[in-house]
Amino acid sequence: MIETQSVSKRFGSLLAVDQLSFSVNPGEVLGFLGPNGAGKSTTMKMITGFIAPSEGRILVYGHDVENDPIQCKRQIGYLPEGAPSYGEMNPLAFLEFIADLRGLQGARRRQRLDYVIDRLALGSVLKQNIDTLSKGFKRRVGLAQAVLHDPRVLILDEPTDGLDPNQKHEVRDLIRDMSSDKIIIISTHILEEVEAVCNRAMIISQGKLLADDTPANLAAQSPGHNTVHLVMRDSSQAAELATALEQLDPPAKVQRLDDGLSLKAIPHAGRQILPQLQQLLVDKGWVPSQLYVERGKLDDVFRSVTTGARP
Amino acid sequence: MNAAMILFRRELRSYFATPVAYVFIVIFLLLAGSFTFFLGGFYERGQADLSPFFSFHPWLYLFLVPALSMRLWAEERKSGSVELLMTLPVTLLQAVLGKFLAAWAFTGIALALTFPMWLSVNYLGDPDNGAILAAYLGSLLMAGAFLAIGACISATTRNQVVAFILTVVVCFGFLLSGFPLVLELFRDWAPQLLVDTIASFSFLTHFSSISKGVIDLRDVLYFTAVIAVWLAANVVVLDLKKAE
Repeated sequence: MIETQSVSKRFGSLLAVDQLSFSVNPGEVLGFLGPNGAGKSTTMKMITGFIAPSEGRILVYGHDVENDPIQCKRQIGYLPEGAPSYGEMNPLAFLEFIADLRGLQGARRRQRLDYVIDRLALGSVLKQNIDTLSKGFKRRVGLAQAVLHDPRVLILDEPTDGLDPNQKHEVRDLIRDMSSDKIIIISTHILEEVEAVCNRAMIISQGKLLADDTPANLAAQSPGHNTVHLVMRDSSQAAELATALEQLDPPAKVQRLDDGLSLKAIPHAGRQILPQLQQLLVDKGWVPSQLYVERGKLDDVFRSVTTGARP
Repeated sequence: MNAAMILFRRELRSYFATPVAYVFIVIFLLLAGSFTFFLGGFYERGQADLSPFFSFHPWLYLFLVPALSMRLWAEERKSGSVELLMTLPVTLLQAVLGKFLAAWAFTGIALALTFPMWLSVNYLGDPDNGAILAAYLGSLLMAGAFLAIGACISATTRNQVVAFILTVVVCFGFLLSGFPLVLELFRDWAPQLLVDTIASFSFLTHFSSISKGVIDLRDVLYFTAVIAVWLAANVVVLDLKKAE
């Protein structure tokens, strides 16, 4: 388990992280969301022991990161932002170097090296200097390094940045595969990624924790959640339906578009509108030409939460 | 295996993976050779010893060692790999030692490659090989002191050029601290004790007897202490500056 206890970080007069307290359990894949400069990377750097908090403390499986850094670092695999490595080495030599530092030996060393090279498809570039590799390969070398010792805690700062859609898919699969018994924390700008791999999302802005829930629950806070869009076959039906919806208890908000046929039924906050709407359609015997229910968008929630936080 | 040793091996190998090693060694050998023969008057002296060779080492190191040490930490900070290194299960001291020892071993290799000089002098005459060995060890020790200064300064900046220039200046101060150029800066205002202390810090003074093959324990201790102090400072600087 990872626990941060009222952790703050100050850089001069800038308060980068402000009294952050949370804990993460094995099996959780936590996504850090937030605008640039929100304190995501700073928080990750503090958990991995690269920088020390100004206040508060961080425990990794009971070990204090500041007092017992080596024990903590052994349990963590970390991909820093930008996936830095040693450019003059080739991926094989680099991974062997990491394996040595991680204390991997004998058959297990060979087996883990083979596994990450295979899993991250590095076989074709093993003997090429890392400097000369594409951004996608560099990122995968960084990921391979992070998962090499099969750590209990995996901290990935923008793991899919610079990857093409296929590679993103592969990396997400990898994260999902490892998630059952590990603590995984990833930071990302890509909100669909959070929905794809995370079972918990935290929105951070200006160093403060603004939201902490499952991605689905967060998305449900979106104003557009459960809104029904439909297109009727003639305008009189559309008008009649709009009136009927507005007379429901509680009333739905209806917006009609200029073509006279399309309308948008926005339910009362936290409610559904689809069941009543279906009932109305069945009662009248109308068949709309198009109908779909809008899912909440994490984007909208993200925007409203992070901009609302600004003074 | 100890983490410092693993870092040592990686570092030493990386010298030879880039042109740095070859350029350094070739320039070092060329300069060491030409200084000995042209400026030192190796033949004209008519003596079978290597003191014209060793007496130029402080000046060679003054420019070549900072060129080697400037990248030690500045490059790690610039590329961000310091974040990777410092989040692996490695202590600051292990990291500092691993890097320093690799750079030191590398200068040792460069120094060992001057062996034709030793062969020549043995071919031409009958030198005191014990004195030559002592001078080699003294030279290596002094290179270590230069490197320790350079490693520490390299950790203060992300810019290798800044690291180079600062290291040359500080090393120059240490070289000449027994000479009027440096002492005059202090004589007017500092107490005599401080002036004497500064004077006793001179690399040149401590190296001069070693270069003649006389190993005085005080000189050895002096260089060892310089290395230890600057490496300790390196640990502190690294801890403070690594994340900037």
